[in-house]
Amino acid sequence: MSAELFAAMTRSILDGEAEDAADLARQALAQGLDPLAAINQGYVPGIQQVGQEFSCGDAFLPELVMAGEAMKAAIAVLEPEMARQGVERSLEGRVVIGTVHGDIHDIGKTLVGTLLAAHGFEVHDLGVDVEVTRFVETARAVNADIVGLSALLTTTMVVQRDVIEALEDAGLRPGVKVMVGGAPVTRQWAAEIGAEGYSEDAAGAVQVARQLMAAAQGAG
Amino acid sequence: MMSKEILSISSPRLKLEILSDEDVQRLHTATLDVIANTGVRFPSKRALRIWEEHSAQVDHATQIVKAPGELIEAALRKAPPTYSLAARLPEQDLPLDGDHVYVGTDGCGVEIIDLDTGVRRTSRLSDVVEIARVADALPEIAFHWVPLSAQDRPPHTRGLHELLAIWNNSTKHAQTESIYSASEATLAVEMASAIAGGKEALRQRPLLSLMQCTAPPLGQDGGSLEAALIGAEAGLPVGFMTMTASLTTAPATLAGNLVVSNAEVISALALIQLAYPGAPVFYAAAQTASDLRSGAYTGGGPEDFLFGAATNRLADFYQVPLSMGSFATGAKEPNWQAGLENSLSTFMACISMSDMLLGVGLLHGSRIWSYEQMLLDCEIFSIIHKMMAGIQVNDETIALEAIHAVGPGGNFLTQKHTRRHMRELWLPRYLDRRPYNAWEEQKDDGRDWARAKARLLRAEHQPVALDPRLEKELKQMIRTLEV
Repeated sequence: MSAELFAAMTRSILDGEAEDAADLARQALAQGLDPLAAINQGYVPGIQQVGQEFSCGDAFLPELVMAGEAMKAAIAVLEPEMARQGVERSLEGRVVIGTVHGDIHDIGKTLVGTLLAAHGFEVHDLGVDVEVTRFVETARAVNADIVGLSALLTTTMVVQRDVIEALEDAGLRPGVKVMVGGAPVTRQWAAEIGAEGYSEDAAGAVQVARQLMAAAQGAG
Repeated sequence: MMSKEILSISSPRLKLEILSDEDVQRLHTATLDVIANTGVRFPSKRALRIWEEHSAQVDHATQIVKAPGELIEAALRKAPPTYSLAARLPEQDLPLDGDHVYVGTDGCGVEIIDLDTGVRRTSRLSDVVEIARVADALPEIAFHWVPLSAQDRPPHTRGLHELLAIWNNSTKHAQTESIYSASEATLAVEMASAIAGGKEALRQRPLLSLMQCTAPPLGQDGGSLEAALIGAEAGLPVGFMTMTASLTTAPATLAGNLVVSNAEVISALALIQLAYPGAPVFYAAAQTASDLRSGAYTGGGPEDFLFGAATNRLADFYQVPLSMGSFATGAKEPNWQAGLENSLSTFMACISMSDMLLGVGLLHGSRIWSYEQMLLDCEIFSIIHKMMAGIQVNDETIALEAIHAVGPGGNFLTQKHTRRHMRELWLPRYLDRRPYNAWEEQKDDGRDWARAKARLLRAEHQPVALDPRLEKELKQMIRTLEV
């Protein structure tokens, strides 16, 4: 019975059907299935397949994002039960992400957040025009591994440096790694302000985040 | 070396029917539906107050404005259909009368391929100075955008340093796309007034125009709105540019993209008209489609080219000038992709007679400046300029007399008719028409010639600078914001 349900879960992710994914999660709970098994054997194979198809150019960005949204919807249903049982899914890492103060550009940052979440990161998206102190406070509160800073204006990318300095002043560095992105941001800029991670696009950001986690674990 | 001439397209003989009247009406009706029922976000207290005073529905928590179609239409009718962008040198004024296509420099990039070393590096104020000087010498360039960000100046006054650099190195009109706060806009107006000889003189002859970006989908930027309102109050032409991207910030369909982009632009233009009826405004657009695989800004592709031609139909429908994004290649260096994308985007924007084209010189989706690309883009425009003139058919051009005289087997080289008309034929500066052997000896091409020309212009062209006392005064004005 559960094999069939797992297959349907995988399908819901491949089709990017968030409602189906959530319905199937509710069915699994009603049947008393282990929520972790549902995630690992039902939904994760779906997101892995979409990820692979995306990497070799067979799937397109909207399919990847819709799969990510479906994954999120399923996990939202399963999470309360996992909390009740005192189990946690294995996380790739915890990320706080947002567009810096003075800048209202949303799309790139949201895309990165969605893809990170779809690939097993816990993502705290603070939105746009985020004050420097909110990045610091949230990073401390959620015990973040990575802070992601987006800026699309030449006049606001300087705020990325302010956030890094504030994280340092708060004593959170170098434990918390920083990733930066946005159209005017370059690898040189990232190096200049001491950000460990930089990617030109959202799919690349997932790779960068994984590398940062691996490097941190290697060092720790 | 002093060239005051400006090359523009006028009285075109080529036409393209990209949207029917019925198509335009449907896009307009759908746009009004979106503005009235879903609304557009205006994150500025001042803007929201203006909408409220005109009985639009304003939600202060979400900052979303829903305005009825009649309000938008009535406001847009107050916009002047034609006006001129003024230059420091009056003979370089640009009438936006629907019968001229002008090209500007692109903006606002963050890196430059250094003209001396060929190495890519971060942009600085001296780059803005040098690009303005070279652009001043080129007849294809009718007006300036701020081509690169002066990253060696403080962020909150950077836009003013950039403007001063342009004014001091060129007599042509300056349009800034990099002032997005009320304080900078106020000072920019004061600086422009000082150059024009007072506030009223500036209103009569606006030496500066402001271009602001919308925040797709269906949003505006607060600082930009307030800067635009300050510009409009002073009589400066203000425009709003949408850069909706199908797939991410707009529907995947091109018509759907046009509805979203149109809603952003006309709602912003309507706001300016409600605040300052009759203020000169312009439509600005650079719609695109995000790349299916990466989501990246593409800067070229058949969708962009279609938007380039379609948008002027909308601007014409609202009877306001259009500033259209073209030359926006995603290429990383001046190569075949840059040539292909910039030719097609610019041709399509020209054939619908977009008033202003933005702009020459940037690579990688408007991020990296290349002097070579700047001059190659000018060459593209000069080809299109020639094409838009079309084929004149009359007694003289039909050349019967010469044809009879030469007859079968002769040639036309010695005909007086040939001498009268040979200079109408287009001559390349950066296309290679040499014999193969000549090329083989040098192995150089248009890129090399463009680079040499840029170096020459930068070294030799002497623009008409501002009066040194005036320049000092303007610098002092900027300093007041820096203490």
